[in-house]
Amino acid sequence: MIDSIKSFMGWFFVTGDPMIYGADASIALASIGIVAVLTYFKKWKWLWEEWLTSVDHKKIGIMYIIAALLMLFRGGVDALMMRTQLTLPNMHFLDAEHYNQVFTTHGTIMIIFVAMPFIFGLMNIAVPLQIGARDVAYPFLNALSFWLFFVGAMLFNLSFVIGGSPDAGWSSYAPYAGAEMNPGVGQNYYLLGVQISGIGSLATGINFLVTILKMRAPGMTLFKMPMFTWSILITSVIVVFAFPAFTVALALMTIDRLFGAHFFTIAAGGSPMLWANLFWFWGHPEVYIVLLPVFGIFSEVIATFAHKTLFGYAVMVWSMVAISLLSFITWLHHFFTMGNTAPVNAFFSISTMLIAIPTGVKIFNWLFTLNKGRIQFTTPMLWALAFIPNFTIGGVTGVMLAMAPADYQYHNSYFLVAHFHSTLIAGTVFGIFCGLHYWWPKMFGYLLDETKGKWSFWIFMISFNICFMPMYFLGLMGMTRRMYTYPAGLGWTPINVVMTIGAFGMGAGFILMAYNIIWSAMHGKKDATGDPWNGRTLEWATASPAAEYNFARIPHVSERDPFIAAKEGRKSGNAASVQRYAPIHMPNNTGIPVIMALLMFVAGFGCVFEWYWMAIPGAIGVIACMIARSFVYNDHYYISVEEIKRTESATGRLS
Amino acid sequence: MKKLKTHIKSMLLLLAAPMLTLLAGCSDKIAVLNPQGPVARSQYHLIIWSLIMMSLVLAIVLILFVYVLARYGRKKSSGYDPEDTGNRKLEIIWMIVPVVICVLLAVPTVKTLFSLSNPPKATAMESKTAGKTLTIDVTSVQWKWLFRYPDQKIETVNYVVIPAGTPVKFRLHAYDAMNAFWVPELGGQQYTMTDMPMKLWLQADKPGNYDGRSSNYSGKSFAQMTFKVMARSAADFDSWVQAVKSNKPVLTHEKYMELLKPNTVKSQTFSSYPELVSKDFNKAQMEALMNGESVETDKMNNMDMDNENNGEGGHGHND
Repeated sequence: MIDSIKSFMGWFFVTGDPMIYGADASIALASIGIVAVLTYFKKWKWLWEEWLTSVDHKKIGIMYIIAALLMLFRGGVDALMMRTQLTLPNMHFLDAEHYNQVFTTHGTIMIIFVAMPFIFGLMNIAVPLQIGARDVAYPFLNALSFWLFFVGAMLFNLSFVIGGSPDAGWSSYAPYAGAEMNPGVGQNYYLLGVQISGIGSLATGINFLVTILKMRAPGMTLFKMPMFTWSILITSVIVVFAFPAFTVALALMTIDRLFGAHFFTIAAGGSPMLWANLFWFWGHPEVYIVLLPVFGIFSEVIATFAHKTLFGYAVMVWSMVAISLLSFITWLHHFFTMGNTAPVNAFFSISTMLIAIPTGVKIFNWLFTLNKGRIQFTTPMLWALAFIPNFTIGGVTGVMLAMAPADYQYHNSYFLVAHFHSTLIAGTVFGIFCGLHYWWPKMFGYLLDETKGKWSFWIFMISFNICFMPMYFLGLMGMTRRMYTYPAGLGWTPINVVMTIGAFGMGAGFILMAYNIIWSAMHGKKDATGDPWNGRTLEWATASPAAEYNFARIPHVSERDPFIAAKEGRKSGNAASVQRYAPIHMPNNTGIPVIMALLMFVAGFGCVFEWYWMAIPGAIGVIACMIARSFVYNDHYYISVEEIKRTESATGRLS
Repeated sequence: MKKLKTHIKSMLLLLAAPMLTLLAGCSDKIAVLNPQGPVARSQYHLIIWSLIMMSLVLAIVLILFVYVLARYGRKKSSGYDPEDTGNRKLEIIWMIVPVVICVLLAVPTVKTLFSLSNPPKATAMESKTAGKTLTIDVTSVQWKWLFRYPDQKIETVNYVVIPAGTPVKFRLHAYDAMNAFWVPELGGQQYTMTDMPMKLWLQADKPGNYDGRSSNYSGKSFAQMTFKVMARSAADFDSWVQAVKSNKPVLTHEKYMELLKPNTVKSQTFSSYPELVSKDFNKAQMEALMNGESVETDKMNNMDMDNENNGEGGHGHND
């Protein structure tokens, strides 16, 4: 009996590595610490009422960003572990199995649990405010999306200490990721964790599509929308069309692994290449899901700090539309080397190159927005400016990779790794940091410190170049991705040493940014006006942080950059002050999303271990929550005029 | 002002550094930029052409970038014009220029793409044993490379000998996990798959040893999944084949099954192989066969795809 418990524990918990025990201890201590602090300060009720059950898009946005920052820390530690292992030839810091798990979790976490939720967080905060709405179209669904993402991320991370991490790469190519060559629960964690958060992502896409189409302030036609809102509209369309392919692919592989089907196996007529097709049919549009929103952020920030309207607004919009369409016909360039005929590769080479055209147009439009501007070098602006040259390097190497015969030499080498980090870091990461600094005052009512912000920018940006520019050459020297070690004498060592230094520099930049966040929370400059940057769009027309109802009166819009127009005294923005206050209709808080997501976690965890006694009740619970929700008739309330007046006068905005 | 200048200077320096490294570092360590055969050379030419075009693009962006920052980033810069919100003519220009660049890149891309499906031109006297072209069947097994010479009836593990100057057709196949067959100095890679035979033409200009490795992750010992390609003169190749045939052991059925287990092994050489080996079964088929089931193999043992239209590969399912 005791022996069987022992052997179960040994199998259930990951054992044998001091780092894992360290993680176990720190997870346990952190959990105990959080519970103790909440109990001591009697904050449980506050946590439940103000955050866990909130359907307020601003609070959901903040929770997305907190979770994404934590995940960024985890993904970053993964990256540093890899770089440490690769610093010198034949290092024994990590063994092969451990290294394989680390690069798998690094990739999955950075894309699915950092880039996407960070962007979802920023769009939750900014989009309803930019379009003059009180919330998103489906506040309940929005909360559910967040909690599904959150439990998906937790489920995936649990693999580190319970059962073992996946090790088939973030792209999880069949047949290696199949049950035969990859037994154990690791890959199940990947499938279930990503699936659960993916359902949330799909719902977010639908939610913002409807929000932007249906809930814009009166007068704000599509071509008067802020560029960030445009980018989110287009991204939402991509999410809605791309994610189902991934949902299906994950479900099929789950069925393969759990129930012995043969969609992607090498036996019984399964097709491993089908996985590659389905994965990248989602995976390539996914690249634009995490890039188009930051294009939107950069457009806002560059226009704000050049103190000019965005140059070539219509072309900017149509470029994004073109990118979104092209993003669906380029997926095969991820496997030019998988035995396609020459005409097929030719088609996808050309379709991929075509993406450079709208992207190039956007780069020039940003440059010409700066031209004849009055450029102000704030921290968000520095991130936006650094994006232009750094991302262009990623863009031009992307064109080089698009040329299929040349790709035969780059594919899976560090040249490829350098390329996608050039685009994903100089694009997405610079973009989310840019957005974080830019909208921080709107989220919390105070600014992040500029000096510390600039230091963290320079350290991170320079280190990024030290880490990733040499990497292109390493690829041309023949080093491939996912190698856990390499022999001496190939001439790879100096470059690897330099790259590791760069990687740790990026870590230092991030730590400094985290310190800035903590420091500014205590000493940050208050934003009393709600408009610290001399903003151009409606989110700056309301208080920082915005009241629950966002706008006491819904603004009327008659031109682009409505808030600038209002400030310059033209009749637009919220200048229509003759209106009286009216009671505001708002959605009720609800505990169902978080409970439903937890039940989803239970069902997911059951599936990971193939414990159906656990999975089935969890799934039934999820359905019960849906039924319960359908019987909630009283899902809204009104904020009285007195309370609006009280809130508005507290921020000095009563008019 | 001064601060801005240092900003721009350090940014420029950062961007120039990789270019300088490139110019200074074109040594033989950079395998892809050191082509040793016609396939790698045609890819090299494409890479250099794209590098020139892309440097041009990058230069234009950087010059504009530095200009606008230097001109409009100062505290008291003149020329501020908030009404400058678009310029149809300019926008059309920077839409047409990338189109032209894309065409200039696409044409050689497509040309090279089609030419790579044909064998390169032989540059040396043909070897007696190999003939005009040599065919080698490559099987990736976790974590080793098996090379079979179907015409010479010999087999090697983790190294392969080819006659220099003769086009070699590698027919690629995976036993279990997917891998990719890459010899950067001789040419670009191609995947090995379990259900789809692939073809890759390579040729070495002159005798020499070239490093090859798997470039697609396939599990634990993937990093050790390397092999050597040894190009020899026609005469040396012939005598090597003769020596293998007379001196090396036979690959027995038992020994072959041993090789199919997931592990790493040293280089090996065999003077012959059992008939079963040439069928290129994948793991599922082999296991079915060992359980006494019949296995359909019409596609697998007929991997020669010269009769197919475009040669890069073809989709053949085994069900």
